[in-house]
Amino acid sequence: MKLKMKTLVAAAALALTAGAAQAQISGNVVKIGVMNDQSGTYADIAGPGSTLAAKMAVEDFKAKEKGLNVEVVFADHQNKPDVGSQIASKWYDSDGVDVIVDVPTSSVALAINQITKDKGKAFLVSGAATSDLTGKSCSPNTIHWTYDTWMLANGTGTAIVKTGGTTWFFLTADYAFGHALERDTEAAVLKAGGKVLGKVRHPFPSSDFSSFLLQAQASKAKVIGLANAGADTTNAIKQASEFGIVKGGQNLAGMLVFLSDVHGLGLDKAQGLIFTESWYWDLNDQTRAWTKRFVAQNGGKYPTMVHAGVYSAVLHYLKAVAALKSDDGTKVIAKMKEMPTDDILFGKGTVRADGRKIHPAYLVEVKKPSESKGPYDYYTVRATIPANEAFRPMESGDCPLVKKS
Amino acid sequence: MFDISIPALSGQLLIGLINGSFYALLSLGLAVIFGLLNIINFTHGAQYMMGAFCAYFLLNKLGLGYWWALAIVPLAVGASGVVIERLMLSRLYKLDHLYGLLLTFGLALIIEGAFRFQFGSAGLPYAMPESLTGGFALGFMYLPGYRAWVIVASLVICLGTWFLIERTKLGAYLRAATENPTLVQAFGVNVPRMITLTYGFGVGLAALAGVFAAPIYQVSPQMGSSLIIVVFAVVVIGGMGSILGSVITGFGLGVIEGLTKYFYPEASNTVIFVIMAIVLMIRPQGLFGQR
Amino acid sequence: MTDHTEAITTARDEAGEARYDRTAFLVMLAILVVAPAVVYPVFLMKALCFALFACAFNLLIGFGGLLSFGHAMFLGTAGYLAAHSAKVWGFPTELAILTGMAASTVLGVFAGLLAIRRQGIYFAMITLALAQMVFFYALQAPFTGGEDGIQSVPRGKFLGMVDLTNNTAMYYFVLAIFTLGFLLVYRIIHSPFGQVLKAIRDNEPRAISLGYRTDRFKLAAFVLSAALAGLAGATKAMVFQLASLTDVHWTMSGEVVLMTLLGGLGTVFGPVVGAFVIASMEHYLSELGQWVIIVQGVIFVVCVLAFRRGIMGELEAWLRGRRK
Repeated sequence: MKLKMKTLVAAAALALTAGAAQAQISGNVVKIGVMNDQSGTYADIAGPGSTLAAKMAVEDFKAKEKGLNVEVVFADHQNKPDVGSQIASKWYDSDGVDVIVDVPTSSVALAINQITKDKGKAFLVSGAATSDLTGKSCSPNTIHWTYDTWMLANGTGTAIVKTGGTTWFFLTADYAFGHALERDTEAAVLKAGGKVLGKVRHPFPSSDFSSFLLQAQASKAKVIGLANAGADTTNAIKQASEFGIVKGGQNLAGMLVFLSDVHGLGLDKAQGLIFTESWYWDLNDQTRAWTKRFVAQNGGKYPTMVHAGVYSAVLHYLKAVAALKSDDGTKVIAKMKEMPTDDILFGKGTVRADGRKIHPAYLVEVKKPSESKGPYDYYTVRATIPANEAFRPMESGDCPLVKKS
Repeated sequence: MFDISIPALSGQLLIGLINGSFYALLSLGLAVIFGLLNIINFTHGAQYMMGAFCAYFLLNKLGLGYWWALAIVPLAVGASGVVIERLMLSRLYKLDHLYGLLLTFGLALIIEGAFRFQFGSAGLPYAMPESLTGGFALGFMYLPGYRAWVIVASLVICLGTWFLIERTKLGAYLRAATENPTLVQAFGVNVPRMITLTYGFGVGLAALAGVFAAPIYQVSPQMGSSLIIVVFAVVVIGGMGSILGSVITGFGLGVIEGLTKYFYPEASNTVIFVIMAIVLMIRPQGLFGQR
Repeated sequence: MTDHTEAITTARDEAGEARYDRTAFLVMLAILVVAPAVVYPVFLMKALCFALFACAFNLLIGFGGLLSFGHAMFLGTAGYLAAHSAKVWGFPTELAILTGMAASTVLGVFAGLLAIRRQGIYFAMITLALAQMVFFYALQAPFTGGEDGIQSVPRGKFLGMVDLTNNTAMYYFVLAIFTLGFLLVYRIIHSPFGQVLKAIRDNEPRAISLGYRTDRFKLAAFVLSAALAGLAGATKAMVFQLASLTDVHWTMSGEVVLMTLLGGLGTVFGPVVGAFVIASMEHYLSELGQWVIIVQGVIFVVCVLAFRRGIMGELEAWLRGRRK
């Protein structure tokens, strides 16, 4: 009698767990949704390159051999929060998407952050910048992977002051993001002992910066901080070269600049620009090898740090899913924070409790045309900021998930 | 806010004039088209953008530099304008003018969408012509040579166009043709052809402005749409049919915008629209208009 | 602006028109009631909001003869006020929507007073300029959240009972609002006020000579249009729980023109049809990115050149021809 009971219970338990394990990968497919700007201002920074990076991660993870069905889909949010929200809702509600990846444009990322939390899915941010994602808007369903405004501001601000750029003048885009960049960078500059001689707010977006650049020139500050992004930054840099600003001895500091921006500007206009990134294709042999594979499939365009972040995040996500045998968003994110990260692009790292992925940051300077030896050979790495200093300390972020000791 | 330094102010005024030249050139084309053809050419921004792209291609695919572009681009893009007029606009003359507005709006969407699809939004670099790099140290500011060239060149073109339309025989025919096409046609003047060429000329002006813009602004598919609405405001303020009005208003508003950027930069986007609202209330036909 | 070649209608023709309208309305309502079973409800809600927006716009252009190129200012302003009142002041959904509508009505009065003084092209340009000012204000004002917009707007319960976070419940709520708005527009069009409006559209000098204060009628139409556009905008903000800059951008003004033009200027059902077509196109072609803009441009061009009466306009003309 006892034996029969035991076998019955054992059989039942086995049946239950087997059934449960199957049911835990929803729809038997792990569906990854890459959402970004496919054809607008940020198409080169993220765009189709991110979809490629995600697919490369799925390939390298060897999903089939591990018994996982993985699918990658993509969509264009056109940099609009309403379009992004609608795609996310549809993806989660009716298309079976388990995780959304990338999403440049902070306003869209914040919207998706909320929707993902409400529906208990997962969100891996590579493209967006706002440090609020690991601050007051932090969520147990989101990990902010590649970079954020605090890292940029602190890296660039502190490092430049330390190398002699002690007086600053800010050229700020007059909208929330620009203000945030200016505020964070100013704080970093002042903390490192520098001075802010003046600031001017330019309308967002602007095409002509001549009047603001004149004011910056008149201030005689050693560094002109460009607290803006995208076309505003590239236009300002282009026109600064026209007005002989760099030749006149002032340096331009970009707060948010990507490899593709430098490519669009050309080295003769962008040379001398100093900024912070968290990844560059030419860092070591592994990054170079990966880049070669990427470029071959990306029409000759080299990867930006956003692409690298997508690859790294998707890889780690798949590892967590395989370990948990589940694609339940909240659980997978928790697992990703538990497991240390390790990949060929970022090396070893961790994900903090507030959802912030930690890795070193690099202060780079754009080479002169004469110094560049090949396509996309644009940066000299001036300094490496160690991982534990590169990002905002967890306690200062106002993230409700972080227990205050 | 009011501790003005004269050197800084003069610098801003000069910058304002430079921007004003772009406004003047673009509103010139619009005013010619509206004044003579009664069409609101919403496609103007897209044609300006095509001009810049055309210059880029001439340089990077055919090795033809800036000076070649100045001559070829207006003709090429103007020709595309002729095609638009012949195939589409000419069918709308008998209808309410608002249909012309809607047609050109649709064309602008098509052109901009197509360019964005093909080239993305990041923008392409266009090298400044060698002879115009460098600049003049004026004491109160360093004036890039290229910007000085833009002011001078647009003044010449604007005055030249005004002269052509208001003071020559060709211009007289054009003006007469708009007022009374049947009569003028009866005199043996080929009115439809004149109208087509006028539209092409206006479009060519837009493209020329695009070539001027290429070295200093990023050549990107949306460069036109951000500018076009401001230029409409300029044309409305100046008086929609008046050519001299648009030119003067263009330069004037450029200066006012420049001053706003200095004293109260947050408002520099809206100041032109505020002025437009005020002008329309006090003098609805615009500062120089006659209707 | 519409080329109306209507003959003088007899009482029998009018009764026929009314019957046709009633049938069409019931068919439309029936389709909309069962639609969520087949089509994604959030998409349907979006289409309904745009349909109401287009009806409001059509009131002004199709029946008033005034082309406004800045109608987005009403859609967006109402959206911002509704979102703000729901999120920050804690208003329940119905009250938030009414708040938004009130805001756009007030804006409509001010904008109308400025714009009505001019006609045709000038009117369009003034509305465009005013909308631009609203856009730049929304970009910089702290309460709108600028680029981020106002996010995480709560939906709450309707009358404290029906939980609106359920998409199906929300759909029927939105459908009710749309139906009310649509019927209101219909009433206005077929009222004596509407008749005078049409007379002004067709021949303003004659209307003036008959003693009508045309300015007042045009202003009233403008404000009504603004209010209804605001209703659409406020509802849309509650559906998506988000108010953003897209709704005050001039491309949104262009879209509503497109919807109404495609559907049929001056027809009763045209705006609804046009809105659904354009919303579907955007939804299903969204993966093609810029092609959506190109297709919109092509539709504009084709409509203006060869299809001025729009879908419903052509359909109704054909039906009328058959009836005779």
